[in-house]
Order: sequence, then structure tokens, then C-alpha cells
Amino acid sequence: MKPQFATGYPAIAPRFGIGEKVKVRATAPLGHIRTPFYIRGHTGEIERFCGCFPNPEELAQMRDGLPAQPLYRVRFKQKEVWPDYRGPDSDVVEIEIFQHWLEKA
Amino acid sequence: MSDRGTYQPFTYYQLMETSLRELLVEKGLVTDEQVNAEVAAMRARQPERGARVVAKAWIDDAFRQRLLKNGTAACEELGLEIPALRLVVVENTPQVHNAIVCTLCSCYPRVLLGIPPDWYKSRNYRSRMVREPRAVLAEFGLRIPEAVQIRVHDSTADMRYLVLPMRPQGTEGWDEARLAGIVTRDSMIGVAVPTIG
Repeated sequence: MKPQFATGYPAIAPRFGIGEKVKVRATAPLGHIRTPFYIRGHTGEIERFCGCFPNPEELAQMRDGLPAQPLYRVRFKQKEVWPDYRGPDSDVVEIEIFQHWLEKA
Repeated sequence: MSDRGTYQPFTYYQLMETSLRELLVEKGLVTDEQVNAEVAAMRARQPERGARVVAKAWIDDAFRQRLLKNGTAACEELGLEIPALRLVVVENTPQVHNAIVCTLCSCYPRVLLGIPPDWYKSRNYRSRMVREPRAVLAEFGLRIPEAVQIRVHDSTADMRYLVLPMRPQGTEGWDEARLAGIVTRDSMIGVAVPTIG
């Protein structure tokens, strides 16, 4: 699968394809985490494969963050994220999430 | 470095910034001149850069398609200096309205839009834009019909976002510079749309 942005880092192979349903891991490790709390445990679908980037959780610990983690944009239905969401069913929120935070839904 | 007119006590973050900067200078890792040059460069970047990209996309459909495919490459094509920017351009259509937020901090396409407005960094905008975007947009004076899908983009990692607004009716025959003049910063964040007159 071709990333939107090619990077030269040694990287982990991407596991998810465009349109695939994924669930965000519902876990709360300490440290510098780029997965917002509000989306943990929710299910969405892969919108695009951005490319592979050093893991920010490792970078924050002064390590190199390699091998790079595949980064995706995941599309979530607002009504799935917020059951009392005020707006049409079609509204979505799209978030960049690294592969190690995702599992098959 | 900072032009502090009347005396005011340092805030927590000013004190941290000054301490860190003075330490870095003292240790010879950066010079005051380098810091000043970077601050000047940051202040010099204005939303006009982004407006140029939008106007070009409005008049040149092939460019528009390249922009949507790879925002970084398309900006470089225009000769814009955009170090380390991985730009995702999201396009408004009659069916879709896009808006940008960073719930974790304040990620923003600074090299295209300059320094973000204070409200973009506020807890209010950051927390509510993903939760009740229609209410937030209405507070900006933008009412999106229910038939239009809202896509909120939470800028959480390595991508930066730019909204490509719809070209308003009544701008037929305008040249690129005139078009760029109606592309506001807020319309490229997605909390407004360009208007004429």
C-alpha cells in the first residue's frame, strides 16, 4: 500500500488497508501519547495511510522512535463517538492514529 | 529579545522560556541572533501564503488535484518554502464542510497560515470543536445545513491541514491575486467561508 508521504525511516509494515474497520485500544499508558482520550475504545475506518513516522512516545523519551510506526487517518462517525451528538448521522471526526494503537474491529 | 513595554512580572511560561533560552545561549548551542531571526521569520509568515495556494487551486484544476493528492509537493511547486510540512488539503464541496482542530495542543500549518489565533489554542475551541462542531461554527457565524456533512480533522500527529474552501459565486473571471484577496485565514481553518462584497 502506497503511503501519502514517503519517508526514509526503517519502518514497521502497515497492517491495515483503506476502508478497513479498526478499533482504538482502550488503554491509558503514562507518557507523551498522541492518541486523544476521547477516541480510545471507539471504532472507525481507515481513511488513508499517511506514511511511517518515528513513534512520538519514544521520541519524548529521547529515543529515536524507530522502527517508524505506520500512521493512519481514521474516520469515526460522530454518533458512535458521542451517543448524544447533535447533528446528522453523516458527521464525522477524522484523527491521525499510529498503528500500535489500532486493532482489527 | 522581547519588547516588553511597561514592566510586568514574568508569567510561568515566560520565565521558563527565558531561562531555557539563556541557558542554550550560555552553553553556545544557539546565539541570540539565531533566536531573533527565527522569531522574525515566524512573525513574517502570514495567511496570505495559504491564500495563494487556494487561489491557485481555484483557477487551475490540475494543480487542485495535485494539491489534494500531496499538499506538500504542490506547495513546493509554487516555490513556497515549507520546511518539514506534511500538508493534507481537505476540500469543501456542496456536500462536505471541513474544519481543523488540534485537541491535544495547537498543531497548525504555521508555515502557510502564520501564528495561530488565540482562540485556536483555547481549551474551549479544542474541546468543543470535536464534540459539538455545529454549535461552535454557529458561534463563528457559520451555519452549516444538516444536509451537509461536517468533517472535523483532529491534527494529532505528523500531518498538518488546510481547508480548500469553495470558490464563491460571482467571482467568475477574477484573476489569481483578486481571488487570493477573499481567502481568509478562518476560511482555511474551516470556521468561515470566503465571501465577496
